[in-house]
Amino acid sequence: MKTLKIEELSKNFGSTEVLRKINLEIDEGNFLVLLGPSGCGKSTLLNIIAGLETINEGNVHIDDYNVSKVEPKDRNIAMVFQSYALYPSMNVRENMIFGLKQAKVSKEKIEEQLEKVSKFLQVDALLERKPSQLSGGQRQRVAIGRALVREPRIFLFDEPLSNLDAKLRVEMRREIKKLHQQLKTTVVYVTHDQTEAMSLGTNIAIMNHGVIQQNDTPEIIYNKPSNTFVADFIGSPSMNLIKGNLKESSNKVSFVTHGSNIEIPINGYDFKEKSNLDNKEVFFGIRPEHIFFKKSNEEDFEINLKADLSEYIGHEQIMTFNFENQEVLAKFPSTVKIDLSKNTKLFFDLTQISLFDAKTEERI
Amino acid sequence: MQDKIHSSYKQLEQKSKYTNMFLRWFLYFVLVVFAFYFIFPLYVMVVTSLKTMEEIRQGTLLTWPSGLNFDSWLVAWGGRGYGAGDTFLKPYFWNSIKMVVPAVFFSTFIGAMAGYVLTKWRFKGDKWVFLFLLFGCFIPYQAILLPMARTLGVLGISNSVIGLVLVHTVYGIPFTTLFFRNFYVSIPSELVKAARIDGAGFFKIFFKILLPVSTPIIVVTIIWQFTQIWNDFLFGSTFSFGEAAPIQVALNNMVLSSTSVKEYNVDMASAIIAGIPTLIVYVLAGKYFIRGLTSGAVKG
Repeated sequence: MKTLKIEELSKNFGSTEVLRKINLEIDEGNFLVLLGPSGCGKSTLLNIIAGLETINEGNVHIDDYNVSKVEPKDRNIAMVFQSYALYPSMNVRENMIFGLKQAKVSKEKIEEQLEKVSKFLQVDALLERKPSQLSGGQRQRVAIGRALVREPRIFLFDEPLSNLDAKLRVEMRREIKKLHQQLKTTVVYVTHDQTEAMSLGTNIAIMNHGVIQQNDTPEIIYNKPSNTFVADFIGSPSMNLIKGNLKESSNKVSFVTHGSNIEIPINGYDFKEKSNLDNKEVFFGIRPEHIFFKKSNEEDFEINLKADLSEYIGHEQIMTFNFENQEVLAKFPSTVKIDLSKNTKLFFDLTQISLFDAKTEERI
Repeated sequence: MQDKIHSSYKQLEQKSKYTNMFLRWFLYFVLVVFAFYFIFPLYVMVVTSLKTMEEIRQGTLLTWPSGLNFDSWLVAWGGRGYGAGDTFLKPYFWNSIKMVVPAVFFSTFIGAMAGYVLTKWRFKGDKWVFLFLLFGCFIPYQAILLPMARTLGVLGISNSVIGLVLVHTVYGIPFTTLFFRNFYVSIPSELVKAARIDGAGFFKIFFKILLPVSTPIIVVTIIWQFTQIWNDFLFGSTFSFGEAAPIQVALNNMVLSSTSVKEYNVDMASAIIAGIPTLIVYVLAGKYFIRGLTSGAVKG
């Protein structure tokens, strides 16, 4: 039984297609992050799961029960919003029990739930305050509390941290992670912040233009992005995508850029399909953190490149190199001294590369 | 060199100081002139209403009254006590109250509902509905006189306070809707979403969540509607006559139809009485007015 299952879901607003044939499944207790740039449809998808938006095609199942036409309040879900959406005229207590009161839960049960949750979230001292008298972090806690008291099957989070300042965001991120570890409730979490997605999710679904590009664990998303969009979206700075061709001769495959004699041997690469490789136009993908300034293992590919630009950011520096007139970024500790406009010896870790078809932009 | 620059700065400083001072005094001068200009008619009205006819004939507009003589106020409010032809404001004042209270209440309430629906429950064609409502704000009073007279006739409520309540409510809805719509646009829709997940329905969300935070805009709407309806003369004079007339119509009749001598003191007192309720509303709720009007622009 899947806690949440979405089948062939499509949604359009008028003539604009927002979601196209979405399929998703979440197992009990998992933390799914919907990640994508703004306007990719992730918030719409979350609203559809909540029942706040109608569906044009497809179905949403919660615990194998088709809830596509069920009212939000009957879906056994709770939602935390970006603006917290605390009812301004009610105090914290009233905010937290509003849903239970609507559901006609008994007074004793309401009090019991309220006490448990407010202690757990450390908002028990704030119960009589109005939302306007709370700090951002406290509001966030109350908003989570309001969702918790309902004991939902699924938690929905809609960019809950993007209104907080940088320091508080990191703190609250840890708290949400802890919360999930303790409660083990199923979560669907929308964000455009890749760090949040990577650190919180057990699964990440990366969306773009209303389509799920890849749905995998954070490790697979990072190491084996399924297309150039995912490769580019995850990682900071994002993956270097070097344009060139494959060359296959006597069972050896290598990568060559146009009009150059540099050949990068890629025999160790785990191709999905090892046919018709010769002369294929591809993107050679390597992350800045997988380019080293000294040899780390035998397989490393050694190359001399000229450094054009250096960006110092404290704990590390981002160097831009010229690779046959294509920019290649590398990330080094800031203690390493690299001269600009001079050739530097670099080492590509070939075990970490990705190759994409230049036409379909899919991983090969 | 350094000293030279320093002293020239000093000179400039002095110069700009004098310019500033001059501008400041000029500003005060203009303000005082305008203040006089605006307060002058009120002064004349109050002073005249406290004079006897004798004093009015002998003195000028500006002369101070000999004493606090409220006789003309009493006459304006309660009449002289003889029968025919004795027009006074008291019954019409209550007519106006009976008209203005329900009309303000209904138009405000309906406007709040409409603003809520137009912002928080999008439906097909909602933009058109809003556009037509907005159009209602630009329809001149005169344009609706005939159709409205016919409507009132068909409904059988012409020449009645109820009829006027209906006219003012209907005519006020475009404005009140506009006010509430612009206010509710600034309130995050996530509140409504959260309440829906919590199981609150259409009316519960309106009464429990939106209405409690609407105080500023409610006050604005009340002031606006109260002033409009209380001061209205056209609808009142067209759709009512005789005993059903609101105060502004009665005031007009009183001032224009006096057969004998023009009693300026009574006229002035009547005019002030007719204006007092709006003044009270402004004094009581005025500070919300500005706050509410700007609340759409600055989220507060």
